[in-house]
Amino acid sequence: MKLLTHIIKTEWKSLLRGKWVIGYTLIFLLLTDSLLRFGGGGPETLLSLSNVMLLFIPLVGMIYGILYIYQSREFVELLLTQPIDRKVLYWGLFLGISTPLMAAFIIGSLLPLAWHGILVLDSSSSALVLGLGGMLTLIFVSLGFVFGLMFYDDRIKGFGFTIVIWLFLAILYDGIVLLLVFVFGDYPLEQFVIAASALNPIDLARILVMLEFDISALMGYTGAVFNRFFGQSTGLITASGMLVLWLITPTWLGLRIFKKKDF
Amino acid sequence: MIEIKDLKKSFGDLQVLKGMNIAIPKGQATGIVGPNGAGKTTLIKTILGLVKPDSGTLHVNGTRLNGDWLYRRDIGYMPQVARYPENMRVYELLNFIKGLRDQEAVYEQELIEQFNLQSELEKPLRTLSGGNRQKIGATLAMMFNPDILFFDEPTAGLDPRSSHKFKLRVKKEREEGKTIFITSHIMSELEQLVDHVIFILDGNIRYYGTMSDLLEHSQEDRLEAAIARLMDEPMYGTGSELKQSEETTSPLKMELA
Amino acid sequence: MRNLIIHTVLLAIIFLVPLSVMYAQVVVSPEGPLTSISEAVKIAEPGDTIEVHSGIYLESDILIDKKLTLTGIDNPVIDGNGEGFILIIRADSVTVSGFRLQKTGRSYIRDYAAILIERSAGVVIEDNLIDDVFFGIYLAETEGGLIRNNTVRSYDRREASSGNGIHLWNVKNPIITANTVSGMRDGIYLEFVENARISNNISSENNRYGLHYMFSDGGRYDNNTFRKNGAGVAVMYSDNVDMTNNLFENNWGGSAYGLLLKDIRNSRIEYNRFYRNTVAIYSEGTTNVEIWRNHIELNGWAVNIKSNSSRNRFTENNFIENSFDVRTDSPRNNNFFDGNYWSAYEGYDLNRDGTGDVPYRPVSLFSIIIERQPESIILMRSMFIRLLDQAERILPVLTPKTLFDENPKMQRIQ
Repeated sequence: MKLLTHIIKTEWKSLLRGKWVIGYTLIFLLLTDSLLRFGGGGPETLLSLSNVMLLFIPLVGMIYGILYIYQSREFVELLLTQPIDRKVLYWGLFLGISTPLMAAFIIGSLLPLAWHGILVLDSSSSALVLGLGGMLTLIFVSLGFVFGLMFYDDRIKGFGFTIVIWLFLAILYDGIVLLLVFVFGDYPLEQFVIAASALNPIDLARILVMLEFDISALMGYTGAVFNRFFGQSTGLITASGMLVLWLITPTWLGLRIFKKKDF
Repeated sequence: MIEIKDLKKSFGDLQVLKGMNIAIPKGQATGIVGPNGAGKTTLIKTILGLVKPDSGTLHVNGTRLNGDWLYRRDIGYMPQVARYPENMRVYELLNFIKGLRDQEAVYEQELIEQFNLQSELEKPLRTLSGGNRQKIGATLAMMFNPDILFFDEPTAGLDPRSSHKFKLRVKKEREEGKTIFITSHIMSELEQLVDHVIFILDGNIRYYGTMSDLLEHSQEDRLEAAIARLMDEPMYGTGSELKQSEETTSPLKMELA
Repeated sequence: MRNLIIHTVLLAIIFLVPLSVMYAQVVVSPEGPLTSISEAVKIAEPGDTIEVHSGIYLESDILIDKKLTLTGIDNPVIDGNGEGFILIIRADSVTVSGFRLQKTGRSYIRDYAAILIERSAGVVIEDNLIDDVFFGIYLAETEGGLIRNNTVRSYDRREASSGNGIHLWNVKNPIITANTVSGMRDGIYLEFVENARISNNISSENNRYGLHYMFSDGGRYDNNTFRKNGAGVAVMYSDNVDMTNNLFENNWGGSAYGLLLKDIRNSRIEYNRFYRNTVAIYSEGTTNVEIWRNHIELNGWAVNIKSNSSRNRFTENNFIENSFDVRTDSPRNNNFFDGNYWSAYEGYDLNRDGTGDVPYRPVSLFSIIIERQPESIILMRSMFIRLLDQAERILPVLTPKTLFDENPKMQRIQ
């Protein structure tokens, strides 16, 4: 545990010096502030922010994760020759680099929300959007780690794969779901679309945003499965649970690869 | 004491280590030579625990390598390419590694002074010259006073003065009874620093023995020439267990850089 | 001696008669001597005040057929014991205040109410708590009347077996103000009512509508709150209704509306706030209604307007982050949208006059998609859907070509 915090702290220090994370914080700070200044009130800002979050955090998170693996290759190898457990080193590196990025998003967005008073006015919506952004950061940094370790010796492939995965999850996936809904329109599809969304972390986060802001429209839908899913806390609990699973799976996968990998 | 039995390792279809057997007693200084891609790096990485063997056993100081990591307390490693987090300062890097190893850095000050690193301590690592980074790598490898030392192309980026200082240091370590491994392309350097040679070719150990035996047998007076000769010969056996493989006669395309 | 007696009697008449005419007071109390309100009503003369003291009175069908003032002192309870009506008022200018009325009869044939007011004028019902009843306050064929500061509540969650909180049938010029109604079928129900003035009421969690207008022309309802009603507020078959400054919120469900308009003409909907309803404004067969300066935020659909609605004008409203802004069932558009603020508008304002330079099309492609394949609602706010919507807005193919706001505002209208 002491070792883990030692690694995490060192990473934090080094990242903070990098100004990269500070720049990222500033981007969200300016974005949120100008959305509030020119865009109107709380729900509008939070929804615009969540649109940005759903689109860009996955990309930034993955690129950041994979870039770390590629850039710190020799250093990580040096660390691996030290008498420490690979497991501890993995968690140290992952938490050491993902948490500053997460904090950058949360702090950058939170400050303008606080000084414009939205945090108090729409506290649960704000907490949801900030929390989801943080969660997506962790998930996608860990995916970036996994891709970096998978394509350890082929950076072009690694980056290419990352971009394709992002395009797929952020945009194409929903297009395919829509297509399937229209092709199989005569069959009952509610369970299918819920299951399909659960397989994509961006969709899961989007559904949680939707449950917060569009519940009135969802309640207008008459299907029984949807009404059960969205009407009670089922939807909220299932989607949050799946999102946690989406965090556990790639981090665990990354750990497995990291432990077995030949460097 | 390092004992390796029937060590095999493949990367995909490529067989890199084809069943190595070797025993290196404590206190020996050994040079590892061979063309690029012969398996030198893989062998060292396997001993360091960076690469996991497909089969065979490795013992370091009596401990069998089995995913355990404590044995690395006795190992110091100086990598060939020294790249560190850019924004970290030198003293922070030293502190970081000290925090990872639950050992006293007995030679830290001594090495810093020896390598003239005092003025570099406050600088971020990205601003350091390649030579200074190499010296930091050497410091990290030796400061905990481990029994076994690995140096991968240690003098590649060093100016003559630093290179000289480094060699003095290695000689001192040797006198203290450390087990030392050095890979180098500079054969004259090995002549100065080691007394045993492992020559690896195509995943097999082609020669393992003392430098003097090698020179005597090949009737050369320089290591470089002896190695060159070794590469041309179809087979050469001596003292240690040497495993023969069918492919050893295949023509060599790799250069001895 | 005789003179003296005559004088005394005369004096008594002079002093006592005016007293009895102006101040006659009948006291009912559990301690007696008078313990029954029905008794008290029988012996009281028109114009008398009946003072009912704290206690529980098990009485029903108390018929008030003369002008009386019934005043409850320290919240007396009249318990109908589940039988019939509690108070039946059939006289003008009766006042009832300060009572707790509970447990009327329930029936599928008769509309048992805590207070039934029939064929009377100028009745005042004030400061009562009406609890666990079938109907609350029931006005039939009355003129005027003031229903103020009462609370009506009940607990039956089924629409068919619950009655209305404040029910008006065939009434002229009533004033319904500052009442709180919950758990009834309709919170406030009006049928053939002229010029009702309904203000500052809170109608919530009723099984059907918070407020229900049927064939009731003229009048105005303002400053009311309609919250979490089964189906919101319905205004049907009425003309010239003013709907101002009300709050419609959290009316959720497959057929729940903030405000449902059906066959309404020449009315005004102004300064209302619609917040988190499944459909904020639903309009069917509505003509010439002015929808101006409303704030419509976070609803499922801000406006669902059927094609049989025409010449309605939506101007200077704020449409904030509704899941869908406008839904309609026809490619043609007979209504007018102009100068509203739409938070989903992504246009620009190069000449900086506060009005967007390109029109806004409030009917999105996605709203048409989910009409055809309702399951696709799960894709709401997805990037892919946003791209589709964007493309459709630039080049409308499936959405009504003539439904757009020519002058969308860049800033919220204050």
